[in-house]
Amino acid sequence: MSEAIIIKDAVCSFCGCLCDDINVEVEGGMVKRVRHACRLGSSKIMGHARMESPMIRKDGKLAAASFQEAYDRAAEILLAAAKPLLYGWASTTCEAQKKGILLAEEVGGVLDSTATVCHGPSVIGIEEKGLPGATLGQVKNRADTIVFWGCNPAEAHPRHSLRYSSNSCGRFTPKGREGRKIIVVDVRETRTAKNADKFVRITPGSDYEVISALRMLVAGKGETVPDEVGGVLKADLADIAATLKAARFGAVFFGLGITHSRGRYKNIDNALSLVAELNSHTKFVIMPMRGHYNVGGIGQVLAWSSGYPMSVDFTRGLPYFNPGETAACDLLARRDVDAALIIAADAVSNFPRATAAALADIPVIQIDPYENPTTLHSEVVIPCAVVGVEVEGTAYRMDGLALRLRKLVDCSLPSDEEILRGILESVHKQRQLTANGGA
Amino acid sequence: MISGRTLAQGAGCESKMSPEFFKAVAICHLSEKDFKSLGLSEGRNVLLKNEFGQVVLTAKADAGLPDSMVFIPMGPWANVIVGKETGGCGTPHFKGLEVDVAATNSPVLDIRELFSGMGA
Repeated sequence: MSEAIIIKDAVCSFCGCLCDDINVEVEGGMVKRVRHACRLGSSKIMGHARMESPMIRKDGKLAAASFQEAYDRAAEILLAAAKPLLYGWASTTCEAQKKGILLAEEVGGVLDSTATVCHGPSVIGIEEKGLPGATLGQVKNRADTIVFWGCNPAEAHPRHSLRYSSNSCGRFTPKGREGRKIIVVDVRETRTAKNADKFVRITPGSDYEVISALRMLVAGKGETVPDEVGGVLKADLADIAATLKAARFGAVFFGLGITHSRGRYKNIDNALSLVAELNSHTKFVIMPMRGHYNVGGIGQVLAWSSGYPMSVDFTRGLPYFNPGETAACDLLARRDVDAALIIAADAVSNFPRATAAALADIPVIQIDPYENPTTLHSEVVIPCAVVGVEVEGTAYRMDGLALRLRKLVDCSLPSDEEILRGILESVHKQRQLTANGGA
Repeated sequence: MISGRTLAQGAGCESKMSPEFFKAVAICHLSEKDFKSLGLSEGRNVLLKNEFGQVVLTAKADAGLPDSMVFIPMGPWANVIVGKETGGCGTPHFKGLEVDVAATNSPVLDIRELFSGMGA
């Protein structure tokens, strides 16, 4: 048995916090212990039951196949499709994402990321207004007032508060939680709300109205605000507006509570306007709480490759972007795609049932380390190594900072990037064969 | 109805076929008052029904929830009752859906049963 080694300052590849202070004990090529990580990160690094062999569906049942057979069948499906969807990309490296964009261009498909079912409305809102952002380091070192709106980092980003926000101690925030004012706006009293100085419970679907009222109050136009907005008394809203204006450095973190609710991208647009208004009085920044560890990365890689951050349609020979038309859920709801490659995502579980049902009627290629409901409806299944544990690569933290994920243990399975390269080479080979008349 | 993240859902989201994920996600949180008024007790199930579908979940009282609101951990069970409309921005309404809730003796479907009829 080989001696245990401690790998220090590994980067966790679970959520958009990308905590880079994780210590991992490795012995005999296996992860034995994880220190500093939260329950989510620890669970990810310790690992789960894996798929070990590629599979191709034959006579209705998935049967083991070689990697080359799986690459060839995947390429065949993508080439035969008039409009394939290449979806997922949030839990893999920027290097794999780059290769995926190349594949989408080659086969004339639509490439979309899991952002479209989480912070897609944020991406659209930010395109409309721009993002007064900051790094998480700036928030840690400077923010004396923090608003969590429609997000619950205590459960979704468990170390956010301690490392970057409410409870962190920084250069100009040495007292940590004690020196900061924390406001939580939500429709229910979450664990995050329990750590707040002020919890503001609003009526579901009233985010837009409440933000508008705060904008008026911050701008000194309180006379236009009615006595109650979204279940919150005007006097309470006035108190909040005064707290925000009194901040030396304020930060708003927002989550799916406002992107998934009535108003969707207009809620974000309005929140950005509120922050712009606050910047007439003091320094304020705003940031979406990104979920998957590299959902920020696919937005970056797509934007520098195609000019658009998500839902990019390459079927016309040039990139085209129109969420509502080219987003994965819309394409499936309209039954407008005839094959799908799902990578680093579980579309069957995470899409509305009526949307996911369309995947049962088209050939699906799955690239993932784990079995999940998408596997049950896949024609080709290709298992891969786990990024940040078995493969290194680049990922973008929720504030847009690029970090290098490390390899902690060896793995016999290929990386997402290697799998995509294999499919791409098979696409080229099959195209060449067709061009040569099958000779 | 609103759906969203929980710690147990996040810790199990890469082992969706496991009993732990089922236990963490196939549940429906109700306010303490609603829990009592529906005559529920620990371990009883509720049937949630709307224009998009119906799903049976294990009921759980939650002191943080206001009355007339249910919370379901995000994932395959919640998504049975989410519609496909995206309002032109690509994102379905995963929160803020109207749903009828009633106590039931029907069982909660496991993950394979939940998807067994899909596409059929």
